[in-house]
Amino acid sequence: MDLAKRNRKEKTFRLLGLSAIVLSLVFLVSLFASVISSGLPSFWQTKYTLQLDLPSDKLDKSGTRDPLKMKKVTTIGYSKALVQALKDNLDAAGIDYSELSKKEFKNMISKEAPAQLRNAVLADPSLLDRSFTWTLLANGRIDGYYKGRVTMQSAELDGMVSPAQLELADAMKEKGLLKTSFNTQFFWWPDASDLRPEAAGLGVAFLGSFYMMLIVLVLAVPISVCTAVFLEEFAPTNWFTDLIEINISNLAAVPSIVFGILGLSLFINFAGLPQSAPLVGGLCLTLMTLPTVIIAARASIKAVPPSLKDGALALGASKTQAVFHHVLPSAAPGILTGTIIGLAQALGETAPLLLIGMVAFVREYPSLSPEGITEPATALPIQIYNWTVRGDPAFVERASGAIIVLLTFMIAMNLLAVLLRRRVEKRW
Amino acid sequence: MFDKTLDRTMTENTKITAQSVNVHYGDKQAIQDVNVDIIDKAVTAFIGPSGCGKSTFLRCINRMNDTIVGCKVTGSITFEGKELTEFDPVYLRSRIGMVFQKPNPFPKSIYDNVAYGPRIHGMAKNKAELDDIVERALKKGAIWDEVKDRLDAPGTGLSGGQQQRLCIARAVATQPDVLLMDEPCSALDPIATAQIEELINELRENYCVIIVTHSMQQAARVSQKTAFFHLGHLVEFDDTNKIFTNPEDPRTESYITGRIG
Repeated sequence: MDLAKRNRKEKTFRLLGLSAIVLSLVFLVSLFASVISSGLPSFWQTKYTLQLDLPSDKLDKSGTRDPLKMKKVTTIGYSKALVQALKDNLDAAGIDYSELSKKEFKNMISKEAPAQLRNAVLADPSLLDRSFTWTLLANGRIDGYYKGRVTMQSAELDGMVSPAQLELADAMKEKGLLKTSFNTQFFWWPDASDLRPEAAGLGVAFLGSFYMMLIVLVLAVPISVCTAVFLEEFAPTNWFTDLIEINISNLAAVPSIVFGILGLSLFINFAGLPQSAPLVGGLCLTLMTLPTVIIAARASIKAVPPSLKDGALALGASKTQAVFHHVLPSAAPGILTGTIIGLAQALGETAPLLLIGMVAFVREYPSLSPEGITEPATALPIQIYNWTVRGDPAFVERASGAIIVLLTFMIAMNLLAVLLRRRVEKRW
Repeated sequence: MFDKTLDRTMTENTKITAQSVNVHYGDKQAIQDVNVDIIDKAVTAFIGPSGCGKSTFLRCINRMNDTIVGCKVTGSITFEGKELTEFDPVYLRSRIGMVFQKPNPFPKSIYDNVAYGPRIHGMAKNKAELDDIVERALKKGAIWDEVKDRLDAPGTGLSGGQQQRLCIARAVATQPDVLLMDEPCSALDPIATAQIEELINELRENYCVIIVTHSMQQAARVSQKTAFFHLGHLVEFDDTNKIFTNPEDPRTESYITGRIG
């Protein structure tokens, strides 16, 4: 082959490689761009800031300020109080709201707002006796208006919102009664029902995912490390250990939903553990993570130079001492990397959790005590799944926001793995 | 350069004996019918071409071959008159130290490298005693002056020759009777090699040293006894002087004159 032809071939191959990278970068960038552009607005939330003078005669008929007696007043009572307060504030600011029907006016406020006010008042009954400033959620459609999701044109066709409402919101914004600010509640509030997307948050999903990651960490790491050390250093090489090896590799390739079926029949139906609990989810994810961590741990144990173990053995160390004093510490960074990658994988796993009932609508936080792991919760990827299937576009926005949060966690975890590996790799 | 004459009491002081030793790796026979007596307070060199079984035989002496799957040793090897198989390998290896071809310091500090053996054998009652053991070992390894100011530095950060002397110090720290050296200079430059050879010559006063080497000059320089291995057989074993000046077997002569190997 002549030189020109060879050079041409080399050039073509380089070009092909470069274009492959560019193509995958384009895909990655467009994915991130679409997720970020549709998800970022969820980190902001539109709220009213109102001066409240609550009618104590209506909200506490007994006049005792006893929360037990005040509980008789439902959210309907607080809703009326909020509508009246909105009217008072608009009057004070000189804004005209006569064009709105009674229903339209009431719908300016989120359905979640009365419940939140009620909780605040029950927690602190003295609020009834004084005037105070209170921020409350605007309706999801009005929130969407300031994020470009709802326009005057779309409002004319929308049964849930009218142009008159949007005009009133604009007037309130001018007077400083309405503001769009950073949405910290998104990270710690629980999920909300279909009609109040503005109140939905990731709190329960965060806790559920956190509990599951803890369970995976506590179970998968010791089991995997023990398995890897035993197989790599102590097990005899025969057909049985070969069989185990092949099966571990096979397990790593099993579709994750199969682990969900296993978890359902083993942990819930057979062992009688509660449904929707992070405990069961964590156990399923542990089963799923085990092969990943075992394979990573074995590879990093194998990568430790045998001369290190020989050196220890020649000094009169027992095999266990040689492994635990020298081989394992040298393999630790690799094992850690494998663990973090396994955890990141488990954090993003959805399918097995669907089967064990974590897809349920959960509004109660699991408790922070150890029993919390047996109480119903959801997980981040499940919350994303849950929100994407709901009708209101506001939920899709929140799902994208949750994807950003999940991706941030995963990138942070993978970054940590890379950093750890860089830092402690190849010390010998 | 070194004194190669031995007095009679030394030669009678046998430390290790091997009788009809055979070693198999699976189906392959690595060593056939080796008989040898190794004396104390002297350097015995094993020479021979690659794959002749000298390293294999060396690894039989501290039972490192036990760790290799499929390796079978038959025949009798005694250490101080007792069969090797009757020793606990962990105890045996604390009495028979080993230095490897490639320096293999642990990825720990210089101090911890040397202190590891004494620690696992519980040789020091307190920190002061351990410090003392480490200092003595590093002095015996002829590296104390170079590292005494940086005992906390990683052992892997030393130069190749220093690493090998550190490994010798590490082996000496458990106070063994025998030191096995498997081509200890093959990864080192000539200056580091000269330092190690000088060190071996000093170690001879207190230890039974067995060294495997590819370099005939090295064997001639450092050893008092030389064993020539060829294709798994122990061809000739005699005083170093005799092997290099007046070998009995034609194969030995061919090897040391460079015609085979």
